[in-house]
Amino acid sequence: MADKIVLEIARYAPEKDEEPSFQSFEVPFRKEWVVLDALNHIKDKIDGSLTYRWSCRMGVCGSCGMMVNGEPKLTCATFLSSYGNGAKVRVEPLRYFPVIRDLVTALSDFLVKLQSVKPWLIRKDEPPLSAGEFLQTPEQLDLYKQFSMCINCTLCYAACPVVGLEPSFVGPAAIALAQRYNLDNRDQGAQERLGLLAHPEGIWGCTFVGECTRVCPKHVDPAGAIQQYKLKAALEWVKSFVLPRGHDDESKEVRS
Amino acid sequence: MTMQPSTEFHPRWYRAKVSTYWWMGSWRYLLFILRELSSVAVAWSVVMTVLLLRALLNGPEAYARLTQCLRSTWMIALNIITFCFLLLHTITWFNLAPRAMPVRVGGKRVPEFLVAVPNYALWVVASAAIAWFVLRTS
Amino acid sequence: MSKPSNEGFFWLLFSAGGVVAALFIPVHLFLFGLAFPLGWLPQPSYGHLLALAQSPLARIYLFVLCALPLFHWAHRFHFTLYDGLQVKHLNEVIFVLCYGGALLGTLLSGYLLLRI
Repeated sequence: MADKIVLEIARYAPEKDEEPSFQSFEVPFRKEWVVLDALNHIKDKIDGSLTYRWSCRMGVCGSCGMMVNGEPKLTCATFLSSYGNGAKVRVEPLRYFPVIRDLVTALSDFLVKLQSVKPWLIRKDEPPLSAGEFLQTPEQLDLYKQFSMCINCTLCYAACPVVGLEPSFVGPAAIALAQRYNLDNRDQGAQERLGLLAHPEGIWGCTFVGECTRVCPKHVDPAGAIQQYKLKAALEWVKSFVLPRGHDDESKEVRS
Repeated sequence: MTMQPSTEFHPRWYRAKVSTYWWMGSWRYLLFILRELSSVAVAWSVVMTVLLLRALLNGPEAYARLTQCLRSTWMIALNIITFCFLLLHTITWFNLAPRAMPVRVGGKRVPEFLVAVPNYALWVVASAAIAWFVLRTS
Repeated sequence: MSKPSNEGFFWLLFSAGGVVAALFIPVHLFLFGLAFPLGWLPQPSYGHLLALAQSPLARIYLFVLCALPLFHWAHRFHFTLYDGLQVKHLNEVIFVLCYGGALLGTLLSGYLLLRI
């Protein structure tokens, strides 16, 4: 008697469906299998029309994010054994995103939001090549390293209720990414990004639910990034009242 | 809703509506909403304090009337619930506040638990101080 | 770059109120709402409380104790109504009711503390 597990998978075919429905598949329950292995088994052996994204199958590309029993998970990192032999596992596309087909979500909005925070090193001055490279100590790297670990899997967007309630909310990953650059000593764009994010669809839309940090597979802690950003923005607001105009504390990089 | 065929250039994406009862979807969402509602308990505590101040201003009879009112079963039940929410506020506040201000000592990040503990200690000290002022008879 | 939105001010107020509420409000509610009415601790006399409240330090402390947590409530509650009940179309009304209420409470407590 082989061990089995049942996957209830959301199916949606835009050419014939009005809305998604669930289809059950019985797959072998293998100790070393993850949900992605089960999906691949279904596509290979049972129903080739099952549509989903995946790539590296080792938790670094961010492609295979789905809702598994109501929780945003990377399916390549979620073992069938955590659900038990004979269990029913519900697999749905990531919450709060439009669904293109089956388990595939539309990410265009997310990509626009990422780009909107100017996630690149912004320089006010461009030193000549002869001045040499930018130097960065391990301590300076440590200031932003955690926020640079994001793999854009959008699990945090599926966990954040504000993303669901306010589709224009720029979201956890985008703000964490902005902070990654703000805290980089080679960057001089913190003020510019602050202007882009200090509004109700930016950092002030966040109500610190904290779910984003809990579900993040890379321990980026976007909630922490956002709260730190809020504090910084609030202090900037105070400064804009108290200090004279034109104060600038951008140049923090060290050069040889 | 009329069915429109999807073509190569016009996919019909499905957008699920977010229910008004989204917060009942998981116990974590529910706990979040309860945490936010603890602000009502905070506001009620301030109202009670203001009522007390008004009673102090109006004289001993007003004070006696207020203390009598506070002994009623409904008030006590309300204040038990209020106190539970206040504890929820304090605990979630001290556990989450360190996220906004990462503390670094010698280039290394201090674990959040160590930042939260002094807050709790301060809470105990502050409460003891207030209680001492209120309770001493001199 | 555009000037940072005023939301930062309200957030600072909310945070300050949250700290005061976390540190001081529980013991006040515990004493006056539970311990004294239930007889766990002796009810302080009118005279003692009045004298306590009249000291200048106590007046300032009590004012802060009333004012800041009210603004903490105003900020948090109006967001909860906005997100939790999704009453977006009433956003301005909710804002005025919440912050107006907080302001009223603050003024009232200030008035009482001046007169005590």
